[in-house]
Amino acid sequence: MSQPLHLPRWIDIGLLPLWNLAIALLVAGLVVMVIGHSPWQALTVLLNGALGSVRGLGYSLYYATTFIFTGLAVAVAIHAGLFNIGGEGQATLGGIGVALVALWLGAKLPAIVLLPLLVVAAAVFGMLWAAVPAYLQAWRGSHIVITTIMFNFLAAGLNGYLLVNWLRPAGSMSVESAEFAESARMPALHQMAAAFGVELPSSPLNFSLVIALLACVFVGWFLWKSAAGYAVRAVGSAPRAAHYAGIRPRAQVLLAMAISGALAGMVGINEISGVQGKLTLDFVAGAGFTGIAVSLMGRNHPVGIVLASLLFGVLYQGGVEVSFELQGFSREMVVTAQGLIVLFSGAMATVSAPLFARVYAAMKGGR
Amino acid sequence: MDEVLIASVLASTLRVSAPLLLCAMAGVLSERAGVVDLGLEGKMLFAAFAAAATASVTQSTGLGLLAAMVVACCASLMHGFACVTNRGDQVVSGVALNMIAAGLTVVLGIAWFQQGGQTPPIAPEVRLTAIAPAFSEPQAGQWFASVFGHGLLSHNVLVYVAFLMVAAVWFFLERTRPGLRLRAVGENPAMVEAAGMSVQGLRYQALLMNGVLCGLAGAYLTLAQNAAFSPNMTAGRGFIALAAMIFGKWKPLPTMAACLLFGFLDAVAIRMQGVQLPAGLGGGEVPVQLIQALPYILTVVLLAGFIGSAIAPKALGRPYVKER
Repeated sequence: MSQPLHLPRWIDIGLLPLWNLAIALLVAGLVVMVIGHSPWQALTVLLNGALGSVRGLGYSLYYATTFIFTGLAVAVAIHAGLFNIGGEGQATLGGIGVALVALWLGAKLPAIVLLPLLVVAAAVFGMLWAAVPAYLQAWRGSHIVITTIMFNFLAAGLNGYLLVNWLRPAGSMSVESAEFAESARMPALHQMAAAFGVELPSSPLNFSLVIALLACVFVGWFLWKSAAGYAVRAVGSAPRAAHYAGIRPRAQVLLAMAISGALAGMVGINEISGVQGKLTLDFVAGAGFTGIAVSLMGRNHPVGIVLASLLFGVLYQGGVEVSFELQGFSREMVVTAQGLIVLFSGAMATVSAPLFARVYAAMKGGR
Repeated sequence: MDEVLIASVLASTLRVSAPLLLCAMAGVLSERAGVVDLGLEGKMLFAAFAAAATASVTQSTGLGLLAAMVVACCASLMHGFACVTNRGDQVVSGVALNMIAAGLTVVLGIAWFQQGGQTPPIAPEVRLTAIAPAFSEPQAGQWFASVFGHGLLSHNVLVYVAFLMVAAVWFFLERTRPGLRLRAVGENPAMVEAAGMSVQGLRYQALLMNGVLCGLAGAYLTLAQNAAFSPNMTAGRGFIALAAMIFGKWKPLPTMAACLLFGFLDAVAIRMQGVQLPAGLGGGEVPVQLIQALPYILTVVLLAGFIGSAIAPKALGRPYVKER
């Protein structure tokens, strides 16, 4: 066997991830140079657009909210030893759940009753969509990576079918549902601030951010403080040992995926109830996959996930600004950077570890 | 009218299946060698862009095909570097590859051609066109010319190459010594190592063959099926090919059958748009989304063990660690 590497904790969870991130951003910078722009200028415009104004900051935090949900979803599954690529589909179902309840009860209930119902609907729909692949993995042995990918496509098809055939108002050409009643809209931050007499520029940032932060606290408590979370992590790190210790692996797979799906489904609250106010086609727009990058970068820990979500929020909002400012610059650059981050912080995360081990050993030996 | 319908469904089934076949065979080669390949979609997208960009700039079909294969092989090697050499997570690497392809093809397309991510249209004489243009339309009343001519002979050369590749991959895997080694490395790498062969070398070989086939699949989309590259034009075909590979239980010939089935469903789905169901089935429109979703549903049902069982290569997804 190859020698296990001995790295101090600060290198392993501090320096190494930052180093991998730096390599990914460096390669992204090279791509920016190849297409004939100055990476420095792009970075300046990006940071200024994402953090330079209250409005830009609002957009960045709005993107970050969605990524916190999808990142937590990936993380909870990873702690159970499962790779949930189905965040995209589970988020789509969450949105469908929100829309169905909002269109059904929107005119009949006040916001204070309806909004909690919407949150429950988003979570339950996402949960059920994740529970099927979980059941198939645990009881029928089908691989969860493949089934969740298939369920992404099925979710997109279901959303299209519902919109085209059932939810589209008669005579409307665009593939969207009817607008929700006002009581089904998650209050935006600038509206809440106005109620206290503070004036903020309008942005899509809404109360969902608070729910996302509460979800982080919940996930931290669940994984590291609750007995159920302990069982989930035990199955994730040593399924056989957990089985001998009297933990039922099948039930843990189902539990972890149910929580994972519920978290991904919450994207529906931020996007559909918080921003769009109606069900649209493809509103998840890749956020489920961004969740993979977020979770990998954040080391599958809620604190890391919040930090990584902020980074991606800044990249997404800043990327839009850069594409407005610089001629011939596409916002898809952000997707490229995201892929590079998944590659270097995920698939190649340990490539540089031997280098650090050698440098560290040399430094210690020299002293 | 029947002969026209049969001929056109047959022709479009073959046309839709061709890139699936190439891509699925690429997947078979890599996964039988023990390397999970979720990056099929990304490699096909990269190859489609490379083919379109090169062919439209150089006006050369050959260079377009070559560029597609080279780019797809580079992507395969990157996957190999991450997962075979450095034992990274194969699923994560595949996901990364798909993201990079989806982003980079658009970024470069916009920067180089300024057409919103599209490449300039490829001239008709550079594109791969039908080998028998006389049969380009099915003729009513002429059964033979329609079904045999239009259905089977009206295609471009890559369609026939795709079927040839199925035969080649089958022969290679089942009837040759290197093919046996490739399968062994996906089932029991330690044994291959003990027999004095390099596990990593064999896996890289498989990935390179995989890159060539992905390159052809991508080139098909821009040189034959469409006349230009447009963003995200693979539209999930890589995942359908992946599904077909699993549906075909990682074997070339059943995988071909699955590709043809999925291609047929696609060809039928387009024709069913707006068609009314017979009254016996409740009337109303045929739910096209359901037909389009069938490949995914069938694959899930198969994986769940309700139609036979799908047994993956034993060492699939496991990085090989040398014992010393």
